[in-house]
Amino acid sequence: MRLLKFAAVSALSLTAALALTACGQGSATKEAAAPDGKSVVRYMNFSSNDGHEKDLTAIVNAFQTANPDITVQVETVPYADYFTKLQTAVAGGTAADAFELNYENFVTYASNGSLAELKNVDSSTYKKTLYDAFNSGGKQYGVPESFSNVVLFYNKAMFKQAGVAEPTADWTWKDEQAAAAKLTNKATKTWGDYQPVSYNEFYKVLAQNGGEFLNADRTEATFNSPQGVEAAKFLVGKVGKTMPTEADGAGTPDFDSKLFKSGKLAMWHTGIWMFSALDGVKFDWDVVVEPGNTQKASAMFANGLVVNAASKNADAAQKWITYLASSDETTKTRLASSWELPPVADETKLKSYLDQPKPANREAVFTALEAPVLPPVIERQQEMQDAVTQELTAAAAGRKTVEKALADAQSKVNGLLKK
Amino acid sequence: MSTPTLTRPKAQQVERPTTTHRSTGWKKLGWVLFFLLPSAIPLFVFTLVPMVSSLWVSLHKWNLISPMQWVGLDNYTNLLTDPMTRRVFLHTLIYVAGYLPLVYAGGLGLALVLNQRLKGRAFLRATYFLPVVTSWVVVALVWKWLLNPANGLVNQVLGFFGVPGPGWWTDPHWALPAVILSSAWKDLGFVMVILLAGLQAIPSDVREAALVDGANAWQRFWRITLPLLSPSTFFVVVISLINGFQVFDQVYVMTGGGPSGSSQVVVGQIYDLTFRYGRAGEASALSWILFAVILVITAFQIRGQRRWVHYA
Repeated sequence: MRLLKFAAVSALSLTAALALTACGQGSATKEAAAPDGKSVVRYMNFSSNDGHEKDLTAIVNAFQTANPDITVQVETVPYADYFTKLQTAVAGGTAADAFELNYENFVTYASNGSLAELKNVDSSTYKKTLYDAFNSGGKQYGVPESFSNVVLFYNKAMFKQAGVAEPTADWTWKDEQAAAAKLTNKATKTWGDYQPVSYNEFYKVLAQNGGEFLNADRTEATFNSPQGVEAAKFLVGKVGKTMPTEADGAGTPDFDSKLFKSGKLAMWHTGIWMFSALDGVKFDWDVVVEPGNTQKASAMFANGLVVNAASKNADAAQKWITYLASSDETTKTRLASSWELPPVADETKLKSYLDQPKPANREAVFTALEAPVLPPVIERQQEMQDAVTQELTAAAAGRKTVEKALADAQSKVNGLLKK
Repeated sequence: MSTPTLTRPKAQQVERPTTTHRSTGWKKLGWVLFFLLPSAIPLFVFTLVPMVSSLWVSLHKWNLISPMQWVGLDNYTNLLTDPMTRRVFLHTLIYVAGYLPLVYAGGLGLALVLNQRLKGRAFLRATYFLPVVTSWVVVALVWKWLLNPANGLVNQVLGFFGVPGPGWWTDPHWALPAVILSSAWKDLGFVMVILLAGLQAIPSDVREAALVDGANAWQRFWRITLPLLSPSTFFVVVISLINGFQVFDQVYVMTGGGPSGSSQVVVGQIYDLTFRYGRAGEASALSWILFAVILVITAFQIRGQRRWVHYA
């Protein structure tokens, strides 16, 4: 009798334990029950974080009105955590039905089989180069969502006060350095320039100096060249002279935007996605195409939208991402809120972007697109970016010569290309 | 229903048919297992299964997403030749070497003081123990503010005395010391509590006898208190070493392993390998290497304890 009871109790508790773990699983996937006949599409993104959440909500609402049988659940994650979270979610089978990928990470995901191939996409609505960027091995795994670039922001008031001529599209590095030196005043903690010492800035200044990051068939790193050393010296040489150091707080989140907004930074290399964040600053500011050295080159970033290969709502998910990528509603919202630019083929649709008051020289955004440089991409992207940033930071802090740092970075990247 | 119990005398009182001797034994075992379930199930599901599977993963190349590829012992040989492995182990050793003496000396000092009859002793004990039960993320964030090179409290106080404060977590030479300092501060209370219990277990007659024999305070501390405290010391050292080698949270929050990898520790590297770089195979192999190192060190400690640990 007792034994029987014991068995029954243990069986019961085991079931309870199993049920508990099952619940845990369920809440991790966040699969909300959909009302009858409705499908739920979960969508994870980083680009609406910090300022554009309401714009994304507006697009979601418009989509849901047009497609009453689909509900979109948005999950927004800061860029700094996004790719760690995404990788864990994909590995754990809890990734959203659709998600955002930047061009650099698209290659990794397309090759590891976690993306669903998109069928019957109307490619004519997209700018062709951007559409093709999300094709891998002849299969279309994503649609371009948006693109953006980096320009030189500057505080007009500070230039005026210091009696320095404002930057123009003809500026070279030398002009920038000279102006930055005049505008820096360490006593009042005002700085002339800000450009992060990082992978993203380095491949760009390398291009501005006529260097190549990888060889043509992407099997070897080639940035440790005379052009590369000169470019790295330009970047690293700013630290502590015209630009705040790590000890001043540089590199911590929002440091640069706060510095610029507080009127203590004269020139700032950053992306056009910051336009709307500068609404309401008290001084006058404008933008200009970044100075080059031997040639002009402006960083261009593209984001794409993909469908999870494991999604049960792949059709609904594709409907949502194509809407988010190319609908007129999206285009309108993006332009009106100075978000990243929509990847539409019909450039007349972009006209309204130029009608907005600030910054006055919005043309620079399109001028910069005439000489774009895309991030060099390899399969082990994150490791390459970390390695290059780490070596450059070491040089910036004076722990290594620039030459040694570049040589070390190059041998690390070559090691990553071999494995 | 009569409750079965595990204590012998009572069990004998319960009438039991002499023929079912064996089945009572099994039944007892059944109940023992049943009462173990609440801790056995999580131990099995969240510790044993992951441990064994990580051994399996460590023999593969795996990015968490694509299917695993068998690589045999390649992950181990790659790691053992990678200078990065040497660096992260070196940083971890420096951490342990700095943290252990600091936390032990501090904890002992506190225990000695709070073992005296002081006013507000209970309050002080609770206060020093508070950081132990506080989340590491909270503590690390607070220390990050305190040690902010530009406007942190610590550097402001140092500046007041005319000492230029270091760059702490922004300076590669000071990032590890910053982590050591905050870790020692947080764990002080834990060491204090263990040593306090040890101090109170020392029989007062031993000390009184020494007093009668004319031993001064210093002699009593060196010859009586410290040797008789050695079992507690041994426990603290073993636990702190194991925890020290697994240091992660405070590094992750305070420095992220930087600047430029100067404070990256073994577990931080395991995390980055898995979740940043998608190299779960190598990460698992590194976990096993760390396990082996901790196992060897702990085994040596247990062997060595005969020489210096006195059980009264």
